[in-house]
Amino acid sequence: MIAGSRVNFSTVMLVLGLLFLYLPMAVLVVYSFNVSELVTVWAGFSPKWYGALFEDEQILAAVWTSVRVAFFSASMAVCLGTVAAFVMTRFGHFRGKTALSSMVTAPLVMPEVITGLSLLLLFVQMAQLIGWPTDRGMTTIWIAHTTFCSAYVAVVVAARLREVDRSIEEAAMDLGSPPIKTFFSVTLPVISPALAAGWLLAFTLSLDDLVIASFVSGPGANTLPMVVFSSVRMGVSPKINALATLIILAVSLATFIAWYLMRRNENKRRVTLEADAQDAT
Amino acid sequence: MMRRQVTAWAKRLRLGRRAIIALPLVWLSLFFLMPFALVLKISLSEAAINVPPYGPLVEYANQTLHVFLNVGNYLFLLSDSYYVAAYWGSIKIAFTATLACLLLGYPMAYAMARAPRRWQLVLMLLVMLPSWTSFLIRIYAWMGILGNSGLINNLLLWLGLIDTPLRMMNTPFAVIIGIVYAYLPFMVLPLYAHLSRLDDSLLEAASDLGSRRFNTFMKVTLPLSTGGIIAGSMLVFIPAVGEFVIPELLGGPDTLMIGKVLWDEFFQNRDWPVASALAMVMLLLLLIPIVWFHRYQSKEMKS
Repeated sequence: MIAGSRVNFSTVMLVLGLLFLYLPMAVLVVYSFNVSELVTVWAGFSPKWYGALFEDEQILAAVWTSVRVAFFSASMAVCLGTVAAFVMTRFGHFRGKTALSSMVTAPLVMPEVITGLSLLLLFVQMAQLIGWPTDRGMTTIWIAHTTFCSAYVAVVVAARLREVDRSIEEAAMDLGSPPIKTFFSVTLPVISPALAAGWLLAFTLSLDDLVIASFVSGPGANTLPMVVFSSVRMGVSPKINALATLIILAVSLATFIAWYLMRRNENKRRVTLEADAQDAT
Repeated sequence: MMRRQVTAWAKRLRLGRRAIIALPLVWLSLFFLMPFALVLKISLSEAAINVPPYGPLVEYANQTLHVFLNVGNYLFLLSDSYYVAAYWGSIKIAFTATLACLLLGYPMAYAMARAPRRWQLVLMLLVMLPSWTSFLIRIYAWMGILGNSGLINNLLLWLGLIDTPLRMMNTPFAVIIGIVYAYLPFMVLPLYAHLSRLDDSLLEAASDLGSRRFNTFMKVTLPLSTGGIIAGSMLVFIPAVGEFVIPELLGGPDTLMIGKVLWDEFFQNRDWPVASALAMVMLLLLLIPIVWFHRYQSKEMKS
């Protein structure tokens, strides 16, 4: 019977699924080294599109805008999201808890066109009522990204806060440590890996967003996805392939480092546990 | 003396607690909840050649307060078969893509959960990694693959399997492929989370009692992973209904989707009231799935 062999249906599907996920990305990478302008015909190896990419002032300016927006959005989102997660997991019941938890899960699935349109209408209305924001650009994108990214951070951090042993926090407070100090010196160090994960997630989400940024941006600020989108609309271009290759390389590298650190931590923990077990005997 | 100090402390603590709660609550109310009220408001106003391009709801003239509630935008949406077709098309495409994601994602998650412990983290990172690169660029990749002179057609022509290129770009098929490709990680992750928590002893007990593998799967594994199926399906279906980038880049004239229609209404026609009405109706259609997802999510948080 097939059941005895190691090759079963779900393993085959996993391999096929991973091929489905990675083949198109591999194609992008391969064709970024193509001499020909045509992305589908292989004409020989050349790194010239990378040179062209680094001479494209518009793309470079957009990268700089996007990175700045993503940095500030991720940082603010970590602050807001962590507070939201802490409030939801540690504060028991309070008025507005249902509202808060709805506003934390809804952005995860809300179609981007709705979020983008609604935020733009808010900014327009605010400009009419209080005269701010006078023009839309990086600040309005920052607010929009902070809002939806903080929902993701809250989910990641809340999951970690629920795992953490609360008795340490309670012990600190029993010994007279004020709540704020307990949070900063006991809770925060324990959840810091989740904060880092949340920050990175928020950073990539902000860097990647086209639709919301297009709605809330003004004529001044073009993010990277906006520039890529207007180029891609015209058809395929090897310069975009070169950009894609660099993005894939950066993300793979970051993921590899994260994996390495996680594995090292786990090994260390196992070694300590084994040593403890040996001491006990 | 001591007593008074303690009360002061408690008071300060209560105040601090309120301030901390207020921070995320106020931010999200202002920038997430309030904007929806404005969408509702503008969907009820009349389009105007103005900056911003819509008329006022309330006007005071000749000592009378005029309140204009224009339901014309909604009636317009219902009467024009173009919009009805766009809503229906979005739901059909999103549903098909969600089903395809589930059929591919479930066995993947199952295999991941059954893999040796040290492999699981690597597999999870491998599934998630594409979603951390650029969404736009991953959809762009399919433009070069599915096109008339794209990779698949070139390969099939070269193999002699076809004589004329298959038309795959700008079809519903291309849009569905794009959605499945972009959203697959969001289907696999919650499924994996549920399946890896599954207690092995339950499966062993079932097989000890003589249950066949297929039977065990249907009676034990599947019911215990319902939560993951709901979460994964909602994470794919809801955003897919409003998707703009995928139908714009891979779709064609016969793949009318509401996200693209809304975008064009807003950016090309500059008709903000109609775009707002489109958003309100979409929100109404998605309300039940969103509430369902939220209830599942908060149940998950409590356990």
